Amino acid sequence: MRKEFILTAEGVSKSFDGFKAINDLNFYLDAGELRTIIGPNGAGKSTFLDLITGRTRPDDGQIEFKGTPVTKKTEYQIYRMGIGRKFQTPSVYSDHTVYENILLGLKGSRSVWSAIFGRVTPAQNEQIYHVLEIIHLKDKAQVRAGALAHGQKQWLEIGMLIAQDPELMLVDEPAAGMTDEETARTGELLLSLAGKHTIIVIEHDMVFVRQLASKVTVLHQGHVLCEGSLDHVQNDERVIEVYLGRKKKHDAIHPEH
Amino acid sequence: MQTSFRKTELWGIGIGAIIILGILPALNAFTPESNIFHISDFTINLYGKYLCYAVLAISVDLLWGYTGLLSLGQCLFFALGGYAFGMHLMLLIGKLGQYHSDLPDFMVFLGYPALPPHWVPFRSFWFAAAAVVLVPGFLALVFGFLAFRSRIRGVYFSILTQALTYGACLMFFRNDFTFGGNNGLTDFKFILGYDVRSAATQRCLFMATGVLLILTYVFCRWLTRTKFGKIQRAVRDSENRFLFSGYAAANFKLFVFVVSAIIAGLAGALYVPQVGIINPSEMAPDKSLEAVVWVAVGGRGTLIGPVVGAIAVNALKSWATRAFPDLWLIILGAMFVIVVLFLPKGIVGLPAQLFALFKQSAVYLKKKSEQPGIAAELPLKAPDSQYEKRIHPHR
Repeated sequence: MRKEFILTAEGVSKSFDGFKAINDLNFYLDAGELRTIIGPNGAGKSTFLDLITGRTRPDDGQIEFKGTPVTKKTEYQIYRMGIGRKFQTPSVYSDHTVYENILLGLKGSRSVWSAIFGRVTPAQNEQIYHVLEIIHLKDKAQVRAGALAHGQKQWLEIGMLIAQDPELMLVDEPAAGMTDEETARTGELLLSLAGKHTIIVIEHDMVFVRQLASKVTVLHQGHVLCEGSLDHVQNDERVIEVYLGRKKKHDAIHPEH
Repeated sequence: MQTSFRKTELWGIGIGAIIILGILPALNAFTPESNIFHISDFTINLYGKYLCYAVLAISVDLLWGYTGLLSLGQCLFFALGGYAFGMHLMLLIGKLGQYHSDLPDFMVFLGYPALPPHWVPFRSFWFAAAAVVLVPGFLALVFGFLAFRSRIRGVYFSILTQALTYGACLMFFRNDFTFGGNNGLTDFKFILGYDVRSAATQRCLFMATGVLLILTYVFCRWLTRTKFGKIQRAVRDSENRFLFSGYAAANFKLFVFVVSAIIAGLAGALYVPQVGIINPSEMAPDKSLEAVVWVAVGGRGTLIGPVVGAIAVNALKSWATRAFPDLWLIILGAMFVIVVLFLPKGIVGLPAQLFALFKQSAVYLKKKSEQPGIAAELPLKAPDSQYEKRIHPHR
């Protein structure tokens, strides 16, 4: 009998104008796992998240979340199954305050009716401030999100994800554009969430990946090249070959040396 | 969430209400024509038209300014509301028409044997009043459902709405479409038992339009301050984020599209008895474009902006079409270009814009007056390394 995975992708393919972004991808994720996906540009990392969240549909293959196929569902139906996503470029509502951003992300009714007649309950208010505390933006609650620094926008979007409280979090390049210190704090944040949620992180920053100390999946040309611990994949000949190309590559994948 | 009205806003609404519902009608009714404060019947009628346009402009802004849906066919709903009420007024003419028939004049002229079945219920005022709301609302519901379900966005949505109003316009131009062809509906005589052309009736219609404008303003003010209002702006600013936060964006857009169609329909219904005619040219695409210009000029994304824009542009139009009849379209176009280039927030955003400019120039002048002092002092007194640090603190 097959093991119960929270997310499975089997034989998934997707082409854009003849370019195979995802090519016969097989991917399995345990419940509660923190997984990092790395791979060179164009390896299909973000496209894979698009396929999971219903932004695009696969040409072939099946993606199942807790045994239910997601490939025919719309974005909001997939959200309601318990999958949340942070985009690669921070997507926050720039005209709204930080508080309002979290409010709009908060778990709860999504109907037109409740939007018009619903009120923010004290419990929700407390929840929002709790999230703001986690992402270190409590003192910026009434600031316009558009006025935040890049790293803070990234955090705000992660905060919206925390407010949603999904079973599966898909986090696309959370540390992009952050200072070293911010990156380290983001790593701590994700590690603290890892117990309660299943998380997939896409990242380029190897220091950050090492900090997460999770199982790593290497994507290459839309296909899983190699899986295992970071040390394992860093020493894999094929990974070194595709990731780094010629000589210089060794430095790119081992920046800490 | 702040849903209460600010004091200044309440005062503004109150003063507006007193002017529209008290002062202007009173000056029209109780002052002799020789008095300099007298407002003629013609003027009150003209102002009534402006107020209808102001309501229409709010409906455009609720879609465009708040939700990011640029509809270029909003006048279709305005005209449909007008037609629905116009049909009722047509049937009230009775035998007083040119042909002294029970049928409306155009039906006699076009050889209709009897009243078409869908005209019959419009004898009832309440049926017509319901149709004013339901016909634009239903059309918006069907069109919006199809458009939003297919994820038609941005400029494609704008083009489709324009095509919709143009298509409807061509249909209403046809004589066999039973709505009077290119002449439309006109020659109204009565409304609710009163002579529609009397000064007193027109004054009441003006006040009714004022009430509609105030109610529309208060309703939209309330709606845009609820969580729904935040959602409108969220759809406008980052629809992707919104969709992936679990909201069915199509439902929210559909709701606001229907609401704004109903508001436009109500404005159209009050417009028709005041101008005395409704014909298919009201649905022509350029009418809807003009409504978009009012909103842009007044200031989109605010509620007072469309009101100011609609009244200001139409007052200008009334004057310019008499003073320079050939230049009006050029003036309108130039106004739009100027607003887009230099006044992104329209007339109501102008004070804030000027204030920011003033502050900026003050800072600039202050800097300029301080700089020579630093430049003269430093190279002489400060050692090289320190000088470097003060000039380029980030190195």
